[in-house]
Formats: sequence, C-alpha cells, structure tokens
Amino acid sequence: MTKDECKKVVLDIIADIAPDEDLSNVKPDVRLRDQLQLDSMDFLDIVMELRKRHGIEVPEKDYPQLASLDSCAEYLTPKFDAAGKS
Amino acid sequence: MNTRSHYDVAIIGAGMSGLAAGIRLAHFGKRVCIFERHNAVGGLNGFYSIAGRKFDVGLHAMTNYVRPGVKGTPLGKLLRQLRIDREEFALCEQKQSRVAFGPRGETSLRFTNDFAVFEQEVAETFPAQADGFRRLVAAVRTYDDVSLDAVAVSARAVVRQHVTDPLLEDMLFCPVMYYGSATEHDMEFGQFVIMFKALFLEGFARPFDGVRVVLRVLLEKYRAAGGERRMKCGVRAIRSREGRATALVLDTGEELTADHIISSIGAPETDRLLTPTDAAGAAVAPPTDGRGTLSFVETISILNRQPAELGWGSDTIVFFNDSPRFDYVQAAGQVDPRSGVICIPNNFNFGAGRTLPEGIFRVTCLANYERWAHLPEADYRAAKAHWFAEVQRSARRFLPPLPADDALTAATVTTDMFTPRTITKFTGHLGGAIYGSPVKHRQGRTALGNVYLCGTDQGFLGIVGAMLSGISMANYHILQKG
Repeated sequence: MTKDECKKVVLDIIADIAPDEDLSNVKPDVRLRDQLQLDSMDFLDIVMELRKRHGIEVPEKDYPQLASLDSCAEYLTPKFDAAGKS
Repeated sequence: MNTRSHYDVAIIGAGMSGLAAGIRLAHFGKRVCIFERHNAVGGLNGFYSIAGRKFDVGLHAMTNYVRPGVKGTPLGKLLRQLRIDREEFALCEQKQSRVAFGPRGETSLRFTNDFAVFEQEVAETFPAQADGFRRLVAAVRTYDDVSLDAVAVSARAVVRQHVTDPLLEDMLFCPVMYYGSATEHDMEFGQFVIMFKALFLEGFARPFDGVRVVLRVLLEKYRAAGGERRMKCGVRAIRSREGRATALVLDTGEELTADHIISSIGAPETDRLLTPTDAAGAAVAPPTDGRGTLSFVETISILNRQPAELGWGSDTIVFFNDSPRFDYVQAAGQVDPRSGVICIPNNFNFGAGRTLPEGIFRVTCLANYERWAHLPEADYRAAKAHWFAEVQRSARRFLPPLPADDALTAATVTTDMFTPRTITKFTGHLGGAIYGSPVKHRQGRTALGNVYLCGTDQGFLGIVGAMLSGISMANYHILQKG
C-alpha cells in the first residue's frame, strides 16, 4: 500500500463516520481536529473501523499518531503491509 | 431460530439507551442480545396504539434539536455514533413554548428554538437581571458537561451567583427539573447545564408520527448490524462469583452467559437482579433500595379539532406553577397540581399543510407513588377520574380561556391517563420514578466488574440523553477496551 492509498482509506473511514463534514480540502499536514469537527468519540471510531475493515490494531498509546493524514500514512502504511494488504 | 446460550454482551432493556448501546456493539462485531420483558420497545419512551390512535408514552418533545449544519452537539454526536442520517428522524420544530408562573399565569417567559427569543423575554420581564442572566448563560456555555469525573456542585448555588430574583430563578428551574430531575428542590450544576442546553440553547422537535419513528430507525439499524433481540423475555437474576457476573437467569428460568452485561433498567432495579432470593423466589431486599421518590401522573385528551381552534394558540409546551415558589418535591397527596407541564403535540411545524389527525392535550403533574401503588381497583379508578379533572382544571389556568366552560368536554373524543402505577407496571422502574434514582452513576459502574448501567441512572436524560448514555457506556466499558 502506498501512503496516498493509506490516506484515502482514512478519508473513506472519516466520510462514513462524519458524513456531514466537507472532506474536499483536507490538508494532509494539518491536524485533522483543526480542520474538521472531530472529537475523541470520532477518533475512537476511526480506530475501531480500522480494526473492523482492515484488521489493523492501534493501541491507545499510539492514538496521537493519527493526528493528521500525513502522520496516519506514516504510522499505518507499515501496519497495512504487515497485515498483508498491498 | 437458533438462539445462543452465550453472548459477548447481554443488554437488559430495549429502551432508547439499550438499543443505542446495542447498535454500537453489533456494528463493531460483538454478539449482542437485548432482553426486553415487555412486548414493546421504548421503555420510558415507548409508544402504543388504541383503536387505531397512536400514543407516545413519554415523548412530549425531543430536546437537543439543532438545525442541519450545526455541529458538535449531542444530537449530531449520536447521529454519527449510530451512523444515522438526520433525515431518518424527520424532526419538525416546535412553534413556541412558555414558562408561566402565578395563579393565573401572570408572569410568562416565551421561548422557541431561537435562543434570542428567550434572552429578549428575560431582559424585558426581568430588566434588573438581564446582565446576570447573560453571565449565567456564559457559564453554562463554557462548562464541560460530558466529563465522567465532574465534581458535584449545587445548581441553585451557581445560578444564584448570577440571578438574584427568586422568581426568575424558579422560572429557569421549572422546565429543567421537569425534563428532568430525580432530585427534589435542586440538582447538580452539571445536570442543569445539560438540560439548559437541551431545552433552551438547542430546542424542541418531534417526528410527525411521534417517538415510533425514532424507535423504528434504531431497531432497523440494530437488526442490520446483526444484533439479536428477545421480547417478552425479562431477566430475573444475575449470578455472580468473585465480583463478576457469571450468568443471567431469564424469567423463564433459562440461563445464559455473557462476557458483559449492560443494564438500562435502573440502578436499584439492577441491584435487585444481583440480590439473592429466598426459597419462594422473592428478592431478599434491603429495607431501602435507593429508588427515586419523584413520580408523575399524566392526563391525555384526544380532541375532535386542533387545539388552536379552541383558542388555545400555538404553545407546544407550557411549564406552569401557580405558587410563589416552585416546589419540585414528592407530592404530599396523590397528586400535586400546583405545577406541571402542558404539552400540545399538534403545535409543531409539521410542514406543507400537515396536521395531526386529532387534537391532543396532555398535562403532567407530580405524583406520589405510594399513594397509588396499593389502591384496590375501584379506588384506583375513582382516584384517576378525580385527578384527571383536577389536573386539567389546574392546567387550563395557564392557557387562554375556552369559548365556553364545557368546550373542552364537548371536543373530547377519548382520554387516557398514566399514574405512578402505570409507569412501574410497564417499565419496571421502581416507585414510578421516570427520572430514576437520585443517585446517579456517571461511570455506569455496579457492584460487579462486568455489569454496567446505561440510561436514566447513568445520568443522561431524555431521548437524546438516553441514546448518548447507551453509546457512551458501550464505548467506555467494552469497545475502548478492545
């Protein structure tokens, strides 16, 4: 999986979790919470959907790694590869 | 049907909080079953039909209404968490509501879903309090009301720091307590904040067909997520060992197991399930069980015309009190008709020439469970008839006068009435306590490590509050822990 594909996976999850958010101009290097109305319940759901849809586990101590799309891609791409997704 | 004997999560009660918890858990792959003693869903916010008429049990209005595009509020939060599109609830806004105090409702504060209307009314009616009221609203807006660790502070104490007129203070507490408080006189400021936002800063709305619209959406979501449900199937006991629940015993005697149990039936009611029983199967109950002391009666009149045609105007809800101080206490007699809530479900903006098929006039007053619970049948019916008339007579003082003294009777097609006994009979909540026990369990913990509370006694109230409670407890105790 490429980092761009990984970002798309995260955006797809956010689109399902928060369908009322406009995702068309999300900047990858800015914290998601600073661009979108996402709270801790929403972030919990991003983690849970990653597990449900892709079998990826994100321990609580690693939640800060999901702060921006760039950091999501850095953190998650190796996990996708390890989970056998390409 | 292949029913299991083990679940990841067993949920007791198919009300708003139980269904919401079930949706969250089923969506994330937990094997869930909801057990409901009644043959209908909804619990304290259920619905029923008689002779083709639709009735709502608890719903006057859904609070926490915000218009599309407003974010970060409880309604938006629950729609996201349950993956529900707001269109599915088809909410229609209230026309207007009032707080009316005095023997003839002389002092009246109008409010709508536009908070500026209420601010204006307060400033005009209590000019000396305008600044203080603004400071109170600022304190409400900045308070963190969703923390599960908040320290308890008296709401009356905080409000009195800003509002020094006891009449205005009482007029603010009347709606907040009726919608609602399990404690007499006062409440925690955190709870006041939640209710103040829900009623005033957000607002009232209702689906055209009432609460069944909301329940059907929840049921379908739950079913689609793979959740199971057993109706007419109550839980009689929870077996435990070394501080953890090991099995549930159903009313039928059947036993099954679950890793986790979420109970929405109330704290003292759940304690009863954990309590050992004697040889006859009766609970060996402690002398006091922590049940709530506040109960209510509600009268319902179905009319052959829109209430507006009786000259009653467009008030959706009227919170009333006839006495110098607002006394939110357990009724000394069977009913306390000094204060209460009028609800006219016709007065929502249902849109495009849509009106309810008949007029509906509902009045709620405080009532004393013990004075209703043990009445012989004939006395019970007589008491209902007596108080039906008294409650409606009290409420009529706060609405415009009718064209003729018998106009209401002449327009009435049929009536119904709830008493504290009805509430306990259909929901199992002890003492007919709609708002539950005065002691809330914010983190939803019980004596057993894998049994959690949601709903009324976890502390979030109302339809939106109950759903958020189920969501929060499912997240906090089960989903967040992997």
